[in-house]
Amino acid sequence: MSTMTIDKAGPRRNVKYGSMSRDRAWALRWSYFFLVLFAIFSLTPPLYMLITSLKSSAEISAATNPWWVFHPTLENYAELLTSNQFLRFFWNSAWVSIIVVTLTMLISVPAAFALARMKFWGSATLATGVFLTYLVPDSLLFIPLFKMFALIGDWTGVQLINRWYVLLFIYPTLTVPFCTWIMIGYFASIPKELDEAAIIDGASWFQTLTRIFIPVALPGLIAATIFAFTVSWAQFLYPLVFTTSTDQLVLPVGIITTLIKGDVFNWGQIMTGALLGAAPPLIIYAFLMDYYIAGLTAGATKG
Amino acid sequence: MADVALRKVVKRYDDVEAVRGIDLDIADHEFIVLVGPSGCGKSTTLRMIAGLEDISDGDIMIGGDVVNDVPPKDRDIAMVFQNYALYPHMTVAENMSFGLRLKHYPKAEIKARVTEAARLLDITDLIDRKPKQLSGGQRQRVAMGRAIVRNPKVFLFDEPLSNLDAKLRVQMRIEIKKVHQKVRTTTVYVTHDQVEAMTLADRVVVMNKGRIEQIGTPNELYHKPATRFVAGFIGSPAMNFIPCRLEDVGGTLQIRLTDRIAFPLPPARAARYNALPRTDKLLLGLRPEHLTESHAHLEPGVETFDTVLDVTEPMGMETLVYFGLDGTPVCGRVNPNAGAKDGAPMRLAMDLNNMHLLNEESGVVL
Repeated sequence: MSTMTIDKAGPRRNVKYGSMSRDRAWALRWSYFFLVLFAIFSLTPPLYMLITSLKSSAEISAATNPWWVFHPTLENYAELLTSNQFLRFFWNSAWVSIIVVTLTMLISVPAAFALARMKFWGSATLATGVFLTYLVPDSLLFIPLFKMFALIGDWTGVQLINRWYVLLFIYPTLTVPFCTWIMIGYFASIPKELDEAAIIDGASWFQTLTRIFIPVALPGLIAATIFAFTVSWAQFLYPLVFTTSTDQLVLPVGIITTLIKGDVFNWGQIMTGALLGAAPPLIIYAFLMDYYIAGLTAGATKG
Repeated sequence: MADVALRKVVKRYDDVEAVRGIDLDIADHEFIVLVGPSGCGKSTTLRMIAGLEDISDGDIMIGGDVVNDVPPKDRDIAMVFQNYALYPHMTVAENMSFGLRLKHYPKAEIKARVTEAARLLDITDLIDRKPKQLSGGQRQRVAMGRAIVRNPKVFLFDEPLSNLDAKLRVQMRIEIKKVHQKVRTTTVYVTHDQVEAMTLADRVVVMNKGRIEQIGTPNELYHKPATRFVAGFIGSPAMNFIPCRLEDVGGTLQIRLTDRIAFPLPPARAARYNALPRTDKLLLGLRPEHLTESHAHLEPGVETFDTVLDVTEPMGMETLVYFGLDGTPVCGRVNPNAGAKDGAPMRLAMDLNNMHLLNEESGVVL
């Protein structure tokens, strides 16, 4: 029989206590480092815009520190917010975006529901086709589209070009495919038994959509809404091409065309206009973000 | 409430026949369980009754009316799903009343029905909660409540207990039985668990490969299985199948299991099997409880033999013993005090009064 020595201190541990939390601490440090870096990178332009918007034209052109406001003034804001032209751009943008978002949702939600749930001949191909149309860049499409609307104008006498509402026909070509695609994904993640239960409970397809699918897929719906709004609000190329008269312009194009006169850049007002223009999407994000993140489907099935 | 009838019902998916011509009559108030291994067509059959799957061929009748082309909502059925399928954005009460609200029932009646169903299922306290705040068992109760409030002609259950843990499953099994005793609605229940099938059903329908193998009360299926599949599927541990042949020795009919072991058949059995050709390949079907320890006073028809046990499994109230007969694994059930030990020799008694004889090729019980 061999003798065994018992180590009173117990077995030796190579792993130190708390190594998990130490690892975690380092991971956190690195994430903060990169997050801060990223935040600086993405917040610098808006900060510069804010600083510039608070300066007078004289101060902007003076050779002082561009990162500091020596004589803060709100005159750029006052001037823009009292300018009928600027308010006109703002309203045009607002109308276009609100109507486009509404149209997009009215088309893409039922379309996504049909493609995700009502299995019909060719539905899978159609779903892929919807996505493929989104992949065609708008810089390729604007010339044929312009030609199309010009022809429609010639044939029917209904002149759409250089009217703000022409954008209501154009923007959905960007928003509908993408929103449909997002919603197909959300609807597909809803368990099939849920619509079967609704159908057995006596719901029609439409009631299944409105009373079960839309509430359950609300986060997805909000994501799609935010996307559609952002696209229509920030779209630049199409309005630049399709609208020219100042009373028909939307905000991004309006700022560029009216505040840059030849080679004279009215920087203070450009920055102010851009900041004011960025406000609505920001406000909408802030309000809807909670919904956007919250998962409402928990508890539908065994989970 | 209504009876349900299936006539030569067939379901084809492209070139695969999932259900191959099913005939089934379900009486009013009856609790029918469809049981079988996965892929046997039991769920498809249920979904065809529900109207969630089209019927490729045949007729389905509910309350005497052919419902082949009637949409689910007009069939007056209610269904409970394996994963509960509760509407996540509605409270328990809203979940239960959804169907009634769609049909524009008066508010007072909806409330009365929901209250009554909640009381029946013991979920009155949970009525204002959302599904995610409920446990699995509670969710399953709500799913049942949603079915009950509708007061449908037929209840359809699609493996409702499969997502619950073993203990809760036993508890909910009893709940379902109690509920059925109270509401007496015709019920079709699908499960792959033969214990669930045996304990719940008035009649069990055993399905295999898209066909019905046998329909009968739990006891009929257990004691008089029609095929090898049913004999092997119902009962746990499963029935033993031992290759054997019939022999005439000195005017009595004998069953030979191995070169060493052969027993005379009891007179009743001998009369039944006498006409069989002696050349057939046969199987002796014997449930483990008919293979027990030998004791002093054996009844006629009970024969003893000696074997060496491979493995024993003490279960408390009994001990399962495993051994081989010419390479065929066999299971027996002995008294825990009979002294069964792994690897030890033991004298066992085989009750031939309860034997089954099967044709090895066709699988038919003779």
